[in-house]
Amino acid sequence: MSNGIVVFIEHRNGVLNKTSLEAVAGAQLLGSALQQEITAVVVGSDASALAQEIAAYDVAKVINAGNAKLVDYTPDGYTDAMEHVVKQLDPHLVLLPHTYLVRDFAPKLAARFGKSLISDCIRAGVADSSITFTRRIFLGKLDADVVSDGEPPVFATFQSGAYRPDQARKGNGAAVEGITVDVGEIRMTPEAPFQEVKQAVDLSKADIIVAVGRGIKSKDNLALAEKLAEALGADLAASRPICDAEWLPIDRQIGSSGQTVAPKLYVALGISGAIQHLVGMKNSGTIVAINKDPEAPIFDIADYGIVGDLFEAVPVLTEEIKKIKGAS
Amino acid sequence: MNIIVLMKQVANKDAILRINKEATWIEEGDLSFEVSESDGYALEEALRVREKLQGEVVVCSMGPQRVKSVIKDALARGADRAIHVVGDNLGHLSPYATASALAEAIRDEKPDLVFTGLQSDDYGYGQTGVILAELLGLPHATIVIEVDASAERLRVKRELESGWYQWYTMPTPALLTIQSGISQIRYATLKGIMAAKKKEVKEVTPSAEIVDRPAHQRIARVYLPQKSKQTQLLGNGDAKAGAVELAQKLHTEARVI
Ligand SMILES: Cc1cc2nc3c(=O)[nH]c(=O)nc-3n(C[C@H](O)[C@H](O)[C@H](O)COP(=O)(O)OP(=O)(O)OC[C@H]3O[C@@H](n4cnc5c(N)ncnc54)[C@H](O)[C@@H]3O)c2cc1C
Repeated sequence: MSNGIVVFIEHRNGVLNKTSLEAVAGAQLLGSALQQEITAVVVGSDASALAQEIAAYDVAKVINAGNAKLVDYTPDGYTDAMEHVVKQLDPHLVLLPHTYLVRDFAPKLAARFGKSLISDCIRAGVADSSITFTRRIFLGKLDADVVSDGEPPVFATFQSGAYRPDQARKGNGAAVEGITVDVGEIRMTPEAPFQEVKQAVDLSKADIIVAVGRGIKSKDNLALAEKLAEALGADLAASRPICDAEWLPIDRQIGSSGQTVAPKLYVALGISGAIQHLVGMKNSGTIVAINKDPEAPIFDIADYGIVGDLFEAVPVLTEEIKKIKGAS
Repeated sequence: MNIIVLMKQVANKDAILRINKEATWIEEGDLSFEVSESDGYALEEALRVREKLQGEVVVCSMGPQRVKSVIKDALARGADRAIHVVGDNLGHLSPYATASALAEAIRDEKPDLVFTGLQSDDYGYGQTGVILAELLGLPHATIVIEVDASAERLRVKRELESGWYQWYTMPTPALLTIQSGISQIRYATLKGIMAAKKKEVKEVTPSAEIVDRPAHQRIARVYLPQKSKQTQLLGNGDAKAGAVELAQKLHTEARVI
């Protein structure tokens, strides 16, 4: 009988990816509701220090799945390793954080079991001992409750922010078990990770940020946002398409591939609010969104919103702010 | 290099989405459709590799007859021929079943490279390419932002989180999932549009085994997201009035200016 919950712990060179703790928090909630034990799994060539670190959390066991071929991440290596672990444990549920690394190998892992993942979930709940996962569809415009039918294991990934890392409960010290996993041929050769250019601007220190998205339409229109930024004493930032188009340099990109910021005021102009953008700015103090689409997901996290044309709103906003600042 | 590009048709980005009566999906009857964004970049990348290394670009799309518009557009931009996996309800298959149907359709083509977008704009599973690679026995890389292919080797630049990147080298045949925004997508020329009319579009239907296999995941309900914050909407449709109000609120209520 399949039993228990496996949770995958991600790291780079032994350094924990904090999103893993969010998955641990999710696993603990589901574990309590389903009366199932949790096994955390660390994969690597020598991840014993990290396995010990994870043993501090309230899990039944930590498995340190080792093999010399796992020194660098490769999808071939990690899939083989996790397949070995999942087959050995025969769990009910396999949970992973929806990171770029997990996106790269977990579908392959699930496919080994003739399945796909219930990917990028924002929450999960249990009723009558069956789990309902919720995921965003249509770029965040709608939510879908997804249930799993058929044989275990069920594979699911949690979106960054689905749970908070500090929700992961500490325990009394779980047992760590080291196992050697079978890893077959690894076909891809990774080079060392690198950063493109030393980031010239550090937006994480900014007090106020004015961020522009595709709604700004052209590079020339950036002047509008610049004037607002100037009036506010703000730094200018952008969503990905603006940096892809090179209207602003890449070090001004906010989001999962760019910078993570938490200014006291974040003004989003013509940004739809895709999850990859939101993860980079949702902890800002006050969030303002100006967008002509009332359904844009950015409004889900905004404190103040204007549903309307940014080309009408922004010049007026700039003038009004100048007036207020001039008077005070 | 013979390259297959997988392209999915999805609801138009700006379309107003209405939830269907059963609350299991959206009302598709009166929707307009377009190609999923990252798939467009996958095609562009394939055309660029072909320009360098010769060979053929074959576009493959799955869905009802309406997906022919995605195929025609790809052919007009320069793809050489197309495979259409036809069926009315294929959009709702699980990523595993989708990948199985696609594997069946392209296996005999023996491509050197398979390109897909990194995730679709509707379901957003982000899995079909990777599962397909597994089913075809190919090595893969995801979130690819640069392809450096030569006759001897394939080197690709992958995006990692927070401004980090990494190069991977792998043998061909291989499958790559391509990130959006990595190039300037070409337009179809008038000549391209004319030429597309003569290009081959092969229709295939997926085997019943794949389509009828019980799904292991299923949508129980679709609904509008719950808001995590109480947003104060200002201006009531008048953007300028909203801006005046906003400046006041930021000053006196939020006290951030
Ligand atoms: C693996 C991965 C990593 C990613 N990393 C990042 C990242 O780090 N950062 C990031 O930002 N994105 C990232 N993305 C892309 C992300 O999914 C979105 O595609 C992107 O954030 C959309 O940018 P946008 O909001 O500017 O554009 P769109 O989604 O096109 O939105 C434009 C908005 O402007 C509005 N608008 C248009 N005209 C007007 C007007 N006149 N007035 C007011 N509003 C108007 C529209 O209603 C729309 O909501 C990533 C995606 C993936 C898959």
